[in-house]
Amino acid sequence: MSKHTLSVLVENKPGVLARITALFSRRGFNIDSLAVGTTEHPDISRITIVVNVVEELPLEQVTKQLNKLINVLKIVELEPSTAVHRELVLVKVRADNETRSQITEIVSLFRAKTVDVSPEAVTIEATGGAEKLEALLKMLEPFGIKELVQSGTIAIGRGARSITDRSLRALDRSA
Amino acid sequence: MTEQATGAHHPQPRARSAAQAAQPVTEHVTGAQSLIRSLEEVGADTVFGIPGGAILPAYDPMFDSKRVRHILVRHEQGAGHAATGYAQATGKVGVCMATSGPGATNLVTPIADAHMDSVPLVAITGQVSSKSIGTDAFQEADICGITMPITKHNFLVTKAEDIPHTIAEAFHIAATGRPGPVLVDIAKDALQAQTVFTWPPQTDLPGYRPVTKPHAKQIREAARLIAEAKRPVLYVGGGVLKAHATEELRILAELTGAPVTTTLMALGAFPDSHPQHVGMPGMHGAVSAVTALQKADLLVALGARFDDRVTGRVDTFAPFAKIVHADVDPAEIGKIRAADVPIVGDAREVIADLIVAVQAEHEAGHRGDYAEWWGQIDSWRKTYPLGYDLPEDGSLSPQQVIERIGRLAPEHTIYAAGVGQHQMWASQYINYEKPYTWLNSGGAGTMGYAVPAAMGAKAGMPEATVWAIDGDGCFQMTNQELVTCALNNIPIKVAIINNGALGMVRQWQTLFYNERYSNTVLHSGPTESDSGSAAGAEKAAGLGTRTPDFVKLAEAMGCVGIRCEDPADLDAVIERANSINDRTVVVDFICHEDAMVWPMVAAGTSNDEVMAARGVRPDFGDMDD
Repeated sequence: MSKHTLSVLVENKPGVLARITALFSRRGFNIDSLAVGTTEHPDISRITIVVNVVEELPLEQVTKQLNKLINVLKIVELEPSTAVHRELVLVKVRADNETRSQITEIVSLFRAKTVDVSPEAVTIEATGGAEKLEALLKMLEPFGIKELVQSGTIAIGRGARSITDRSLRALDRSA
Repeated sequence: MTEQATGAHHPQPRARSAAQAAQPVTEHVTGAQSLIRSLEEVGADTVFGIPGGAILPAYDPMFDSKRVRHILVRHEQGAGHAATGYAQATGKVGVCMATSGPGATNLVTPIADAHMDSVPLVAITGQVSSKSIGTDAFQEADICGITMPITKHNFLVTKAEDIPHTIAEAFHIAATGRPGPVLVDIAKDALQAQTVFTWPPQTDLPGYRPVTKPHAKQIREAARLIAEAKRPVLYVGGGVLKAHATEELRILAELTGAPVTTTLMALGAFPDSHPQHVGMPGMHGAVSAVTALQKADLLVALGARFDDRVTGRVDTFAPFAKIVHADVDPAEIGKIRAADVPIVGDAREVIADLIVAVQAEHEAGHRGDYAEWWGQIDSWRKTYPLGYDLPEDGSLSPQQVIERIGRLAPEHTIYAAGVGQHQMWASQYINYEKPYTWLNSGGAGTMGYAVPAAMGAKAGMPEATVWAIDGDGCFQMTNQELVTCALNNIPIKVAIINNGALGMVRQWQTLFYNERYSNTVLHSGPTESDSGSAAGAEKAAGLGTRTPDFVKLAEAMGCVGIRCEDPADLDAVIERANSINDRTVVVDFICHEDAMVWPMVAAGTSNDEVMAARGVRPDFGDMDD
């Protein structure tokens, strides 16, 4: 099993996300995480999909099948070494007067943020790669995690190049 | 930047007739009129459909159209298969129309069928009013959601102004690249609203850019492999027909001198009578074709997709072969079998470029010597030709019926088959010399395809003789379209290969389920469980389905019904059917039920295990292995 992060640029139209997720399920591909949002261009949405594949061949099938969807404009695989990957977690941790300071110390060590405090709990916001967040949660676990919510991974390539730019230029050429 | 991104860079696919349209048109109309005008402008001359509540507004202007002929079918499934048959015979986009809810869901099977066989089809469905969508309104079904996995693309139109460009886009997507079905679901209020019809419309498909021009380097590499190969096979699939590349294929085949095998979807792409044609591959392919693929050192796959019915067990398929795989759909390349030389492109352009590249190889003195290879293939052809035994009890042999139909049919006859034994025999015992003369449901295996598909083909090609080769099982699924044929002057000919059984399933029960014929008997006669009785002692063979009486049924539906039970009458009956050209003719051929389709590669086994006949494995000189 290997994980790959795909950035999929799609037309911002109703039903496009359903087309993509349905494709994954009917072709037997596993989605590990999914994040959707608009881009700097209002007509284009960006879907970041972390896909779990058994071999290289299925990944090629994933991208080829995705490319067949009429609303898909471009697919780029973002390698860990050349791209920044981030997830967001919000976690509610049990905290009292005794433990609160220990928790805030962990929060600052991980460069996370406390976004809400109440007598019995603190809510922490943290961003980072999957490993960092895993480590944070491991540290917080002994205090008692009351609630946890995680976003899908989003990712962007390092350097000056933009995949939306290139995508738009490619579209120019095909016109 | 933003301006550019939304507009200028978009490719501007234009429907074929739009490209020819001289003057842009602007008219004040309803959405429904706009739909019919769009259909006229894209050149849709025939629409198969049934009206109903949500699509009703469209049928009012349809009534007045001089350019669109609407054929009222008896079931929406018939409309869909008719549109498919029309498309496969004419090469144009087939069009079917239905109302919302059950009308639309009845199109699901033919849409899935067209999707599997890459048939250009546009299905237009009415949808409940846009304000009612999502409320479980009367006759509401999310047909876009339902058909998402079985269409190349689909559209939900809720605004009248979106109708012309959506229709243009739908036809463009259906017909180009790898063809396929496109569904356009139009809300009733969009059909009723006032709008302005302009043509040609601005189309906007930024994410749709099929690659048709193959890569020159890959073409050269393919030509080099062809010249180097000792045992090449051109493995030709339906893509060659879709790309109208049959002329080019013949030139390439004769230039290289390589054996050619045409898949079930490609029959007619290369003349069956051509000496280089080694037969159809696959589960019921010719021993020569199956074996040629197994022993080949190079497969040149042209518009073929390594379907499991062709490959048998994939890990033992063509084990010695390098693969050149050309397909317009990049996702097909490497999906089943890794390609040594992948070529993405339209089959016609690929083959045309290959011809030039192979010529260059020849001029450089590199020409493949396949003499020894042909020696082997010819010996397989000679030793294991297609063949069948006539039933000992003097009843009709289904293979013989089909063979005689093929022999006695006029030139350019189009054949449409259902699915099952009769389909395989029709693929084996009729010679296909011309492209677009063989219509069948290959990928989906849709029983009941033949009658409506034949009707669609005849509607599109009124001059051609169209024979539906059907089984008694298939026929009982869609025969109501004979009424459509009778009332709309679409005189097809239907041969029911009536063996009183779901024959192919029965064959599997014979071979793999100890002859336990669970629910495959269609006739009313004695079955295995009666075998102790006097009636059971009389073998049920040759009984055929008598309920319903197909002759009376045909007559009741306004057709000519003929029954044939005696081999002595066979030719005369076929000649009589051929002589009736003003009415649809149904011939009920009562055939022996024990006839089986051979050769056969059992499901899940290797093509090396091909059986020429029951218990007869061809001797390839490897029996001691």
